[in-house]
Amino acid sequence: MTITVYVPNDSSAVSLGADRVAKAIAAEAEQRGISINLIRNGSFGLYWLEPLVEVATEQGRVGYGPVQASDVSSLFDANFLQGGTHALSLGIVEDLPYLKKQQRLTFARIGKTSPTDLNDYLANDGYRGLANALAISQADIVKAVTDSGLRGRGGAAFPTGIKWNTVLNTQAEQKYIICNADEGDSGTFSDRMVMEGDPFVLIEGMTIAGIAVGASQGYIYLRVEYPHAHIALNTAIANAYQAGYLGEDIQGSGKTFHLEVRLGAGAYICGEETSLMESLEGKRGLVRFKPPLPAISGLFGKPTVVNNVISLASVPIILDKGGDYYRDFGMGRSRGTLPLQLAGNIKQAGLVELAFGLTLRELLYDFGGGSASGRPIKAVQVGGPLGAYLPESQFDTPLDYEAFAAQWTVLGHGGVVVFDDTVDMAKMAKYSMEFCAIESCGKCTPCRIGSTRGYEVMDEIINGHNVEQNTKLLRDLCNTLLNGSLCALGGMTPYPVLSALNHFPKDFGIDEPAQVA
Amino acid sequence: MTAAVNTQALVNDITSALKDKPGALLPILHGIQDAIGYVPPDCVPDIAKALSLSRAEVHGVISFYHYFRTTPPGQHTIYLCRAESCQALGSEDLETYAKEKLGIDFHETTADGKFSLEPVYCLGNCACSPAMQIGHDIYGRVSADSFDAALAELQQAELEPSA
Repeated sequence: MTITVYVPNDSSAVSLGADRVAKAIAAEAEQRGISINLIRNGSFGLYWLEPLVEVATEQGRVGYGPVQASDVSSLFDANFLQGGTHALSLGIVEDLPYLKKQQRLTFARIGKTSPTDLNDYLANDGYRGLANALAISQADIVKAVTDSGLRGRGGAAFPTGIKWNTVLNTQAEQKYIICNADEGDSGTFSDRMVMEGDPFVLIEGMTIAGIAVGASQGYIYLRVEYPHAHIALNTAIANAYQAGYLGEDIQGSGKTFHLEVRLGAGAYICGEETSLMESLEGKRGLVRFKPPLPAISGLFGKPTVVNNVISLASVPIILDKGGDYYRDFGMGRSRGTLPLQLAGNIKQAGLVELAFGLTLRELLYDFGGGSASGRPIKAVQVGGPLGAYLPESQFDTPLDYEAFAAQWTVLGHGGVVVFDDTVDMAKMAKYSMEFCAIESCGKCTPCRIGSTRGYEVMDEIINGHNVEQNTKLLRDLCNTLLNGSLCALGGMTPYPVLSALNHFPKDFGIDEPAQVA
Repeated sequence: MTAAVNTQALVNDITSALKDKPGALLPILHGIQDAIGYVPPDCVPDIAKALSLSRAEVHGVISFYHYFRTTPPGQHTIYLCRAESCQALGSEDLETYAKEKLGIDFHETTADGKFSLEPVYCLGNCACSPAMQIGHDIYGRVSADSFDAALAELQQAELEPSA
């Protein structure tokens, strides 16, 4: 019997040598005259173990990792194709505590299946959500999403069902679904993992959204920094068209939905939904004034749903198992699960999908295993480059939108970047201003000018010039950015800057206790 | 002369193939940059004409996006991530090392035309920081040594013509 071997095709696994490992396994098997079925799966997101090689056995999928090409010959010697013991043995992958303790709804298939193989998708509960959606009315689809309590996973946490309902009830000859796949936040990679590891779940989610609101055209606005995701999406879309899951008369329903991937061009601001639409229209990515809401007048002036990858990829399971099923996970007004991404200076970096409610400390230590350097964790930035830095005293905050908001922090897209005690927080604050200056679209003055002035003021503070006066100036400037910016780029840059200043004043050359922002 | 004519023909082919798409400008610019490595300023009038835009509008779009370039890149473009997660694991030292090793700053190309160096703000490889991208290849947990090894491998690959 042919033995099935899995080597991830995920770009992070590839960045650690997965392609070389796959090649070495194929060559070694051929040389030894053994016939194997080599599948390039997605990654489970246990990145400290990548490249993670698995072998299908009667007991389950047995893992080895991290494997380098130079280990392959000894793996064969250890009879790994029958699950033999090797120094890199991990046992049954599903039973690894990091994975077993998670609640994987959106990521249910990722790591298990061959990403662009439609049959594999169908064999693992794929397109069941669409089948249910096709059997009910548009309003009932929207109701299921509303009932699920799903809120925008891009960071703004706006209720998805309400957005869909507005588009459904706005009359127009053309409507659009846009997937915001411009995942530019540092420390985030869950969108990338979905697009590379299970592209059909996003395609299915967008198709359901299109049918629900009456939109026949969808666009995935993908950042150009994700070439592997681009290939996976285009392959999956072609396969979906061929099998009648996209295009006209989807599965004999009479419904039409077309889907195309469009590439961004390295502008962080295009992750802001109105800037994204300008970019899709072929223009400079300048932020639009709201209202009108995109749901009423969006792409090319038509009603448009703009949702993040994770939001849309969560729709199939909601339509498959029902809004109540999804809503039963989570706490308070944060329902369902959030794929958290552990990054930076952390021992066990990776993807952790869990119901809302776990504390940051549990995530950092129970899952992450503490810092990679072994030094104490000093600060954690949650929610991307516009998210606040949390000191140790805030690590017991539950991962919940409202609990985070209550202490002037944000959960955002679920990125968690860890810094050990060697970090200089004044330098990080200066970087935040620099980043805002580089990425500002230039439309509103507070962001365009304020970010550059902020960078200069931080420089003064770091050089010890008039620290007290300059700190006051910095706070004043942050106040202008917070209240006067058109979008979240200028409006939230003060979060990392002021949180760094308030929690780590010593790094700014200030001895007295922090003032409250 | 011939090269210039070929470039213009190529640009016209790409433009006419894509100009009827809604919001065609970015796909056209990507098409041109994919084909010749940059968007030559000379082709702006042709693109503008095909899309019924002003030259200023086309130029404005090209200059807005960090990814589009108006000068030829080196044979290999190295993108080094500068974002927070990579900083948490020493990307600043790597940045200094790479600049010294190549003898260039960001947005520059080595004198021999081999390497261009660009900053990037997140490659989504944050679980394996610091990260770098060369062409479509992504590298994780990059150190000074593995940076050297990646460059050496690229130069080695040029010496061995592929079958």
